[in-house]
Order: sequence, then C-alpha cells, then structure tokens
Amino acid sequence: MARAVPTRTKLGFTILGWLVGFLIFFPILWTVLTSFKTEGTAIATPPQFLFFAWTAENYIEVNARSDYFKHFANSVIISVGSTLLGLLIAIPAAWAMAFSPTKRTKDVLLWMLSTKMLPAVGVLVPIYLLFRDSGLLDTRLGLTVVLTMTNLPIIVWMLYTYFREIPGDILEAARMDGASLAKEIVYVLTPMAVPGIASTLLLNIILAWNEAFWTLNLTAAKAAPLTAFIASYSSPEGLFWAKLSAASTLAIAPILILGWFSQRQLVRGLTFGAVK
Amino acid sequence: MKVKRLALAACSALAIAAHAQAETLTIATVNNGDMIRMQKLSDAFTEQNPDIDLEWVTLEENVLRQRVTTDIATKGGQYDIMTIGTYEVPIWAKQEWLVPLDFGADYDVDDLLPAIRAGLSQDGTLYAAPFYGESSFVMYRKDLFEDAGLEMPEAPTWDFIAEAARKITDKENEIYGICLRGKAGWGENMAFLTAMANSFGARWFDMEWKPQFDQPEWKEALQFYVDLMNDAGPPGASSNGFNENLALFQTGKCGMWIDATVAASFVTNPEESQVADKVGFALAPDKGLGKRGNWLWAWSLAIPAGSQKIDAAKKFIAWATGKDYAALVADKEGWANVPPGTRTSLYENPAYQEAAPFAELTLKSIQAADPTHPTVEEVPYVGVQFVAIPEFQGIGTAVGQQFSAALAGQSTVDQALSNAQTLAEREMMKAGYTK
Repeated sequence: MARAVPTRTKLGFTILGWLVGFLIFFPILWTVLTSFKTEGTAIATPPQFLFFAWTAENYIEVNARSDYFKHFANSVIISVGSTLLGLLIAIPAAWAMAFSPTKRTKDVLLWMLSTKMLPAVGVLVPIYLLFRDSGLLDTRLGLTVVLTMTNLPIIVWMLYTYFREIPGDILEAARMDGASLAKEIVYVLTPMAVPGIASTLLLNIILAWNEAFWTLNLTAAKAAPLTAFIASYSSPEGLFWAKLSAASTLAIAPILILGWFSQRQLVRGLTFGAVK
Repeated sequence: MKVKRLALAACSALAIAAHAQAETLTIATVNNGDMIRMQKLSDAFTEQNPDIDLEWVTLEENVLRQRVTTDIATKGGQYDIMTIGTYEVPIWAKQEWLVPLDFGADYDVDDLLPAIRAGLSQDGTLYAAPFYGESSFVMYRKDLFEDAGLEMPEAPTWDFIAEAARKITDKENEIYGICLRGKAGWGENMAFLTAMANSFGARWFDMEWKPQFDQPEWKEALQFYVDLMNDAGPPGASSNGFNENLALFQTGKCGMWIDATVAASFVTNPEESQVADKVGFALAPDKGLGKRGNWLWAWSLAIPAGSQKIDAAKKFIAWATGKDYAALVADKEGWANVPPGTRTSLYENPAYQEAAPFAELTLKSIQAADPTHPTVEEVPYVGVQFVAIPEFQGIGTAVGQQFSAALAGQSTVDQALSNAQTLAEREMMKAGYTK
C-alpha cells in the first residue's frame, strides 16, 4: 500500500514543481511576449511584462521579408527524413547488440559514441568537399544524410538501452514457435519497444530540428531550414529583438506543439525501465 | 507535314529551354537594413534583365562570414555574389579568390570615395564594389552638455572627451558620461580600441611584424580607456557591445557614445529612441598626432573566382552599387534611406544633405580614415580597426579578452598588455611572420 503523503507536503511539492516548470519555460514565454512588442518596448527598462500595446506587426514583417513555409517544409523533410532513415539503420543494429552481444559489443557502442566527441567544425572542410564533389551542397538529401550520421550514435544507444529491458526469453519463445527473424522483430520486439522507439523518434526529430551547425553550413538558398530563417534576423548591429523573437517563435512553434502532444509518450519512453 | 510539325515542336522546346535557362544568381548577403531594402527593390533589376533571376541568402554577419569563407576557401561555388567587408577583401584578393571588377564608363568608378576604394583594392585593382560604407564618430546628448555648461567642438580631443564624460556622470541618476565597447572580440572591443590606439600613436605591428603591446603608446591608450570607463562608464561595461550601448544610449543613460556612424539613424529615430531630438554628433577624438580614433568599414559585393556567371554578376553589382540605385531608393523611400558612405556624388547632392543631418560628419569621418596608412608610424598591414591578415580574427579576439579583463578589473593594464604581447608574439611566430 502506498504511504499516505500529508496534503501540505503534496501542496508544497506541487508548487515547487510548477515553479521549476515556470522557470524553465520562462525564456520561451519571454520570447513569445517580446514578439508582440514594438522594437521600442522590447528594450524598455524596466521590462514590460503584460501591459503593453500588443502588436502583430513583427509577424507581418517577418512573413513579408522571408518565405517561412519554404524553410518550414525543409525543416520537416530534413528532421523527419533523417530520423526515419536513422531508425531504419539503428533498429537492426541495436537488436543485434542487445540480443546477440559479443565480446566487442561494448567497445563498438563506445566507439560509436566517440564520433560525437569531435567538435563538428573539425570535419567541416572534408564534409564540405565531399558534398561539393557529389553535388549534395544545398540539397535536402545531403542534409538528411549528414543529420542521420550525426544522430545515429544517439539513436542506437537509446534503442539499445530500451531493447536490453526486454527479456530475451520472450524472443526465444517466439523463435521456438517458429517465428522467423523478421517476424520476431516486427511482431514481437517492436510492439514491446514502441514507447522506446517513439521517444527515440521524437527526441531525434527535436535534435534534428534544432541542429544549427550543419544546416547553416551546408545550405544556401534551396535547402535552408528554419535555423537559417532565424539566422537572418539576429543582428550584432541594431536592436531588432522583437522581429528576432517573432522569427524564433515561428521556428519553435511546430516542434513545441509536437512536444506538447507527445509529452506522455516522451516521458514514458524516457523513464522506460527506470522503475523496476 | 510531319517534318514541319516536328521542327516546330523542336523550336518551341528550344525556346522553352532557353527561357528556363535564365541565369539564376545566388547572392549571399548580410541582414542589415540597407541590404534588406536592396533585396526589396531588386525587382527593378529583374524587370530590366528578364534573363537573370535572383536568389537571396540573408544571414547574420558572423554566420555569413563563416559561411562564405568556407565556400570560397573550398571553391564550393554556392554563391555567385558574396557580401564581404573591408577585412576580407585584401586577404581574398591576395589569394586570388576574387574576380577583378571593371565596369563601363557609366559606373563612374572615380566617384567612389578614395578611402573606401583604397580599402577594396589590391595593387590598384578593385576587387569588390562598396554597397555602403561607415566610419565611427561621437554621438552626444546636447541637453546634458548644455546643463553641464559644455560645448562639443566639431573635432574634439581625447582630453576634452574625458573631462566632459567625468563632468556629466551622475551615477545616482544612472547617467554615465561615456559608453564604449568592452565586450571581447576582434569586431567588438578591438575594433574600437585599435582605432583609438591609432590616434594615440600605437600600432599592432612594426615593419618586421613584431607586436607592439610592450610600447608606451599602447600603455597610455589602454590606461586612458580603463580609467575613463571606471570613472564615467556604465557598470558591467566589459560585456557591452554595439547593441548593449545602443540600448543604453536610446534609454538616456549615456552622455556620449563613440561607435559606428550607422548608429546615427537609430538614435535619432523617435520610434525607437527616447532621446531622438537631443543627439549631436562630432568627429572621433584625436591626440594631436594627426590620426583620429575612427574606423572604416564597407559592406561590399564581390564575385568569387571560378564563378560561371561573371557577366550577369557584374551586371547586378553595377546596378546595386551604381548611381541609379541611389536615385531609385530616393524615389521609393526618400533620400535619408540611400546607402551612405560610398560615392562623392551623394554627398554633393543638396537633397541628400538636407535629408540626412549627419551626412557631412559621416563623410568627414570616412575621409579621416586611411586604411593603407592607418597609424602615425608606418605599418606593414592594411586596415584601420583590424589588421588584414587571416590570423587576425584569432589574435584580435584573444587580445580583446585580455583588454576586457582589464576593464572588468580582473587584471591590471600592465598584466593585460604583457599577456597580449606574449600571445601575439607566439601566434605571429607560429604563423611564420617572425622568427
């Protein structure tokens, strides 16, 4: 039986939880608020919280100046594409490492992760040259491939951790009943690993959506996603915080909404296997 | 009959193909107001040249620099026209990365301001066409000066600036005599400090490329800056860059601000600035040594070598940086919005003089800067507020961190200079300039 928690303690924790949540959310809230201010009120001291003349002019101007939907479409294609391609490669890899481990499995895992330890800029020129010679510069295909590669270690690691939580005996039972390898993965393993796969999928879409090194450096006019859209509004000479905030709000809104609707799935996946 | 039909079909296919082959120019550009305006007005160009399409990549300055440098260094060929500054042009021209620019007589290349033209040329050949140019000058609050019984001369000295700044400062009411850049970075505090040091007789390197931070001129300049900012500057000045100072000035917290001439249009704009009607301007200060503490910068358009569309690109550059474009902007958006600082004819135009009250001082400031002879003594480099060598971004930022620490009180001026000297010597030796 669960231990009774006094109402006062419960209330305290609830308030604390809300407070921490609000603190974490505050920068986003502030960005959204600033996007509805004029440039003048955006830099006002003391800062104005809610009582200012709300305006949508920043959104109108941002839309007039750049093509939001083109960047948005590029972001969607690149992030979803790279995540799906990554899963296609990572599911068999994680399956093999979780259920048929060898002496070197741990080393392979660590080696995969070690590719994330090099700062991306260290390989910028070689990748750029490869892309130039294969005609992949400023293409969505090129970005999808490069983001798949950069996120693959994380996808494999996450899936490996989830798969390890699934008892091998169940798979063995399926095999004894005559299931082939493909059937075993599709009908037995995948349904059990859905929360894990879903959270891997979501997290990687978020990672790919926010990726701002390769997406800025390998694109020009055609394949530029929302990161480039934001980069055209920040400015070291001139205070255009309201316009920058409007551009940022437009860029993060889709992923924020996706996260909101899938938070149950995300939390379930991230805490999968944490409580035994 | 059949043959005729086939021939007709072939002809129309060819015609369609020819139309589809309209050349597309990809233009990488910085996201400042003048460039955005040009983007908006570029329909006028495509109407005159229906065979040329334009595709824009607009980026923030630092991202743009990284992006175009990667592309040109690897001959990536992503851009047909690049927007670059006076820092890149001499370096890239030397590497033969840029196409030399020659325009017809209509373009009137002799109309370009000599200081700007010199900064964009290598051995007398123009490698980039200036779109807009800027210098730096003093912006001050006329009302605060009046209250303190001070009068700003058109060409002040550093001693006057220091005296006035200390007199105006009223820390209890959050009024600081002077706001200057303190944030570390080769394009942040070092742009200001290098230009200031020039007027104190200091220089980055001697003719043998030996760093000069151990010389008395640097000590005098940096000590002057740190003392002045401690007495009359805003708190936390070591993290202030252009934007932070702009916000302070616009909200009435600074008596003076020495920074880019482009700031003039921001601080006098009543929609953004609380002090719009109280701002006066003066030339950057000097020390009586013949050099003023102002810089020179020009955002310019250049064509990467190896481009397949040189003719179309040249056509566009001639349009965007030519006299007709100035007239087009004046017609659509008023003379005050014409990109400043590139052509003599603009400053001779009475309509422009009337519309832009700071025009004359901007011109004088630009003329007072000489990128080929930036310092009192001779130097082996080009550049006023920078040294046009590839290593400068790294060294400049590292030295900037030392000076920012001195301003924040984390080290003394002597320590900062000695650290700057050591690190500059090491980097210059590594890069092969000195032994």
